[in-house]
Amino acid sequence: MLEIQNACKTFLPGTVNEHVALDRLDLTLEEGEFVTIIGSNGAGKSTLFNAIGGTFLLDAGRITLGGQDITFLAEHKRAAIIGRLFQDPMKGTAPDMTIEENLALASGRSRGLFRKGVSKADQDRFAEALAPFGMGLEDRLKTKVGLLSGGQRQALTLLMSTISHPKLLLLDEHTAALDPAAAEKVMHITRHIVTRDRLTTMMITHNIQSALKTGTRTIMLEGGRIILDIQGKERDEMTVAGLMELYRRKGGGELANDRMLLTKD
Amino acid sequence: MSALLIGSFQLGLVYALLGLGVYITFRILNIPDLTADGSFTLGLAVSAAFTVAGHPLWGILAAVLAGGAAGAVTGLLQTKLEIHPILSGILTMSGLYTINLMVLGSRSNLSLIGSETLFTLAEKLGLSKDLSKTMVSLLVTGCMVLLLSWFFKTHLGLCIRATGNNSDMVRASSINVEGVKITALAISNGCVALSGAVLAQYQGFADISSGVGMVVVGLASVIIGEVFFGRRSVTIGLISAVAGSIVYRFIIALALKTSFFPAFALKLVSAVIVIIALAVPTLGRKRNLHRLKKEARRHA
Repeated sequence: MLEIQNACKTFLPGTVNEHVALDRLDLTLEEGEFVTIIGSNGAGKSTLFNAIGGTFLLDAGRITLGGQDITFLAEHKRAAIIGRLFQDPMKGTAPDMTIEENLALASGRSRGLFRKGVSKADQDRFAEALAPFGMGLEDRLKTKVGLLSGGQRQALTLLMSTISHPKLLLLDEHTAALDPAAAEKVMHITRHIVTRDRLTTMMITHNIQSALKTGTRTIMLEGGRIILDIQGKERDEMTVAGLMELYRRKGGGELANDRMLLTKD
Repeated sequence: MSALLIGSFQLGLVYALLGLGVYITFRILNIPDLTADGSFTLGLAVSAAFTVAGHPLWGILAAVLAGGAAGAVTGLLQTKLEIHPILSGILTMSGLYTINLMVLGSRSNLSLIGSETLFTLAEKLGLSKDLSKTMVSLLVTGCMVLLLSWFFKTHLGLCIRATGNNSDMVRASSINVEGVKITALAISNGCVALSGAVLAQYQGFADISSGVGMVVVGLASVIIGEVFFGRRSVTIGLISAVAGSIVYRFIIALALKTSFFPAFALKLVSAVIVIIALAVPTLGRKRNLHRLKKEARRHA
C-alpha cells in the first residue's frame, strides 16, 4: 500500500544546526497493516509523517501510496487520500463551526461546490457514525465544536480523518494531550475504526506498552533510520524490558525518556 | 427630521453592502482587506460610466465583476506571490486609483444628471421618488443577505469559513487554501463594488475620492452591529452588519444635525468608533488583571 524508498531529509544543511532527520529510510506497508512507531525525541518520527503527508518535500527518495507516486503531490491533494491526527486536539477542527459542518468539510467536495454543505442525508450518516463513540455527540450535531472537551474534539477529528476512507491514516501521538480516561476512550475508538474499515495505519506513540499491544507491527526509529522492525510471534513475545534492551544494543545509549518510562498504560 | 431619518436609512442600506463585504474578509476570512477603498470607487466609476452610456442595470453587473476581479488580484498577490495580506490590499487599492480615473474618462468626477438610473426606472413603475430609493436599496441589500447566507452554507462557503477559523485544520485537509482565499476576496470586493455602484446611481454622481476611508466605515458597521447582535452564526452576522450600517448612518446624521461636529470630522469620528470598539475587550481584560493584582496585594 505504502512504499517509501531511500527517503532523505536534512534540516538547515550547511549550518551548525544541521540535522539529518531522515537517513536513507526504506519502509513498505501492506494493505490493512497497523504499524506503531516508537523512538526517542528527534529520531525522525514526526519528520517521517510530515514527509508522507506533504508538509515538505524530501531531499531525495520516493513515496508511493496505493500505486500512485505522491513524492511531489501538493499537500492538500495528498490530504484527500491521507487522514492525519495531531497531538493538539485544537488543531483538527474549526471551533466556531458546528459538529455537522466540520464533518461535512471532511467528507469531501465530490458533491459539488455549490451544493448544500450539510444535507439531511449527511446528518443521518453523521449521527450514525458518531453513535458508537458513546459520547452523545450524535445528539449535538448543531453544537459548535469549540464547546466540546479535548477528548470529544479528538474523537470527532478521528471520525473526520477516516470518514472518506483514506488510503492511509497517520496518528501522531493523538492521545498524548488528553487525560488518561479520555486517552483510553479515544484509543478504543481508534482500534474500533481501524479494524472495522481495515485502514492502513501508522501511529506514533511514546507509550511502549501501548505500542506493543496496539496494531500488527512495531518499528523503532533512531537517527532517521529504522533500527527495529518486529511483527507476528516475535512482537507478541516482546516485553517493554526486552525492547529497551534491544534499543541499548542496536541504537547505543539508553532509551531514557521519562515520559516513556513513567507512562502507565 | 423625518426626511433626515429616511435619507439615513436609505444610505445605511446602500453602505450595508460595503459592510457585508468587509464582514466577509474581516470576520469570516479573518484577514483585514484594504482593497475595499479602491474597489468601492471602482464600482462607483464603472456604474457611473455605464449609466451615462444609458445602461444602468449592466453598470451594476459590470461593477460587481470589476470589484470581484480587483479582489482576485489581491488574493493572487497574497497567495501565489506571498505578499503580506495588508500590503497586497494597499498595492491593489493604489493601482486601482489609476484604473478608476481611466474608467471615469480622466476626470475626477462624473455627473449622472438626466441619465436613466435604477431609481428612475423604479419610479416608472409608479413609485414616488423617495419610495423608489427605499425600495431599490432594500431590494438589493435584502437579496445580497439572502444570497450570502445561502452561499456560506454551501460546501464552498464552509471551506471559506474553515479557512478563516482554523488554518491548521485546513492545511491538513483536502481544501485548496489558496483558491478559497482568492474566491473569498473576490466575493467580498464584488460586494463592496456593488455598494459603490448603487451609491453612484443613488446620489447621481461619481467622485474619484469617494472610496477614501471606506474600509473603516465598513469595519464600523460590522462592529456596531455586533454590539446589538453579538457574534453568533454567519446569517446573524450578515444581518448585524446591515443593521450596524444603518445605525452608523443615524449616528452621523444626528451628529451633523445637532452640529455636534462639522462634516469634515466624519472620518476621524469613524476611526475613533472603530478604535473604541476594538479596544473594549482588551481594556476589560487589563482592568480585570489589575483588579486581581490589587486583590492579591491586599491578601499578601
